[in-house]
Amino acid sequence: METKVNTDLTNFRMETRKWLEDNCPLSMREPTKDPSQLYWGGRNGEFSSDDQKLWFERMLEKKWIVPYWKVKYGGGGLSIEKNNILNQEMGRLGCRKPHYNFGISMLGPAMLKFASEEQKLNYLPDIVQGKIRWCQGYSEPNAGSDLANLQTKAEDKGDYFLVTGSKVWTSYAEKADWIFCLVRTDSSCSKHTGISFLLIDMASEGVSTRPIKLISGKSPFCETFFDSVKVPKANLVGTLNDGWTIAKYLLTHERQMIGGIGETDKKLHISNEAINVMSKNNGILSDTILRSKISEFEMNEEIFDLTIRRTMDEEKSGNNSGAASSFFKYYGTELNIQREELRLKINGFSSTEWNSKASENGKQARYFCRTKGNSIEGGTHEVQLNIIAKRILGLPTK
Amino acid sequence: MALIINEEQQMLKESTKEFLDLKSPISSMRKLRNNNFQTYNKELWMEMVEMGWTALTIPEKYNGLNFGYVGLGQVFEEMGRKLSISPIISTVLMSTTLISLSKNEILKSNLFKEIMNGTKLSTVAHDEGVHHNPEILNSLISKEGDFFVLNGKKNFVIDGSISDYLIVTANNESGSNVLICVVDSKSTGVEYNNKVHMDSRTYSDITFNNVKIKNDNFLSFEGDGKLILEKTLDITRIGLAAEMLGNIQEAFEITVNYLKEREQFGVKIGSFQALQHRCALMFGEIELCKSIVLKALQAIDSNDSSLSKYSSLAKAKLGSILQLVSNEAVQMHGGIGVTDDADIGFFLKRARVVQSMLGDSNFHLDKLAKIKNY
Repeated sequence: METKVNTDLTNFRMETRKWLEDNCPLSMREPTKDPSQLYWGGRNGEFSSDDQKLWFERMLEKKWIVPYWKVKYGGGGLSIEKNNILNQEMGRLGCRKPHYNFGISMLGPAMLKFASEEQKLNYLPDIVQGKIRWCQGYSEPNAGSDLANLQTKAEDKGDYFLVTGSKVWTSYAEKADWIFCLVRTDSSCSKHTGISFLLIDMASEGVSTRPIKLISGKSPFCETFFDSVKVPKANLVGTLNDGWTIAKYLLTHERQMIGGIGETDKKLHISNEAINVMSKNNGILSDTILRSKISEFEMNEEIFDLTIRRTMDEEKSGNNSGAASSFFKYYGTELNIQREELRLKINGFSSTEWNSKASENGKQARYFCRTKGNSIEGGTHEVQLNIIAKRILGLPTK
Repeated sequence: MALIINEEQQMLKESTKEFLDLKSPISSMRKLRNNNFQTYNKELWMEMVEMGWTALTIPEKYNGLNFGYVGLGQVFEEMGRKLSISPIISTVLMSTTLISLSKNEILKSNLFKEIMNGTKLSTVAHDEGVHHNPEILNSLISKEGDFFVLNGKKNFVIDGSISDYLIVTANNESGSNVLICVVDSKSTGVEYNNKVHMDSRTYSDITFNNVKIKNDNFLSFEGDGKLILEKTLDITRIGLAAEMLGNIQEAFEITVNYLKEREQFGVKIGSFQALQHRCALMFGEIELCKSIVLKALQAIDSNDSSLSKYSSLAKAKLGSILQLVSNEAVQMHGGIGVTDDADIGFFLKRARVVQSMLGDSNFHLDKLAKIKNY
């Protein structure tokens, strides 16, 4: 029996390897340098190259955009084992994910667990096909780390909800088609109860967005305003006033996404960058202090990757290591921040250029600035440490 | 290979834990210390031999259990939790590893037999100087008539004072090869200077003055000494990392439990965020430690060509996290943490010794950079 299963998996691995080698365009195997190189789909979605379009279409036809979702929801129906093999093989070649969408990484898992069958059939296939680009409406001006303090109100008006309020830090809201939102449907009870999970079409009357300019000079985030927006009752996911349960579940997926779990494209080794641009003395980087920091960084980077693998292997064998998503979010983003700090030191004067052509309009400097948000978005470092201390270590609240 | 231990390895881990809980809790380490730094408990060692620990990594061909290093690593991790003192590092981890790499079949099967049945203890003497640096080798073996003679001085030999056999490295006369020979500890010309270290264990500086070595007592053969030595060091480092993983986890768990009990200002001190965040950070680092130790142990068993890299990753990471956790453990215990009555100080004192053994974090970070050519 066991041998039969193993043969099946081995065959799948060999077939997958061959298919990827035959079908993944070479340019789609190179490391991505910034998020604009990724395909996000949506009503106004554009491919940044022909190869990207080809790669998306081939993967869509193969049903491997979201390989582990059921076929009826547009997925490939792969088992966990096969999905892991596909991930490993994509990682081996460095294949980029063909489609990024918060609908895949965040909303999808929450809908699979909490939405009605009708809602799943209605929304999930469109996500897979890249038709709808989603954004997330969680934080508010007075609800950041204290998320449950949110005040955006949804009043029951019989056959629809009337939504009024504003959201902040909505990633790519100006490009998104729909938003999944936490709204207050009951303000008479404690703050964690009385929250509901609502899906809203960004094209609805009364929805507007305003970009937030970051220290990087770019605006990946927006403020989103809801001015008496009518939302059909059918857009409520899960039980009324029990949205906090969905919110927390979805947050674990957001943390994993930000922590870089499941990424298959290859990261650039900063030691290679250092070897190329820095002077050496008897084969050793002349800046020996930086050299030891690079070595320590790459040690942690490699061991963190092993830890992701170990956790997936443990889950597969039915054990839970307890290495929760909070830790992955913390450590993955911390490494990202450290990497950019070290790259500034490695590249010296050229790394802080802001708008020259040679620097591709200050690409490195701007990305460095952007990483400073990594330890804040999706729950700050401090919030993640609180969660580990309380939920995993069981440390007391008083 | 999946990064998990299999059922047999899990069973070995559990039986080791049960055995050590009963026979070698931390209090028994304290007892040895109080008994004028007794080097080890012979009855306990013979029970470990009975458990099969000396045979774990020896191939079946020599009547060993051939259980592999992932298995031995589980034993080391549990021993690290109890700070258990025994000759297992010197005799099993270092010596049987080195012997198994040798082509001298007669010597090999004789030594394996004596080690497995517990009649002899053995250690490896390589380090010269006060830092681990395998490049430094001044000991010399030269030919004199029908014999070879060994001259040199070795430092920090683990269990040197109790070992029956000393496996010694030295240069040949031209300096072109590393030679490895087995010396009977009672040979004429072997002088010991035994020193108790901070971890209550005894290490020896050993001087060899014209010690006669018979032709058939060499474990190296036709210039393979350097390779044997390097691989032995790599494997030993991984075994030490497994012990350190046990040290780290136990010290951390003892500390977290203390934070849940100790009250100040009318509340449990574990409710203070200043302590909670430091604990959460340590939790994460320990997750990383578990991953690299297992990966490195698997690399030994699968004969991975990157063994040296994984070995250095393991020793570097575990060294720096053991430093962190042993310090935090004492600090979070407050005043009680610096008293001899509390066990937590033993973890700190073992930590600093095992951290420097076969290269500290700096040594291995440097080695990792060299492996990647920068």
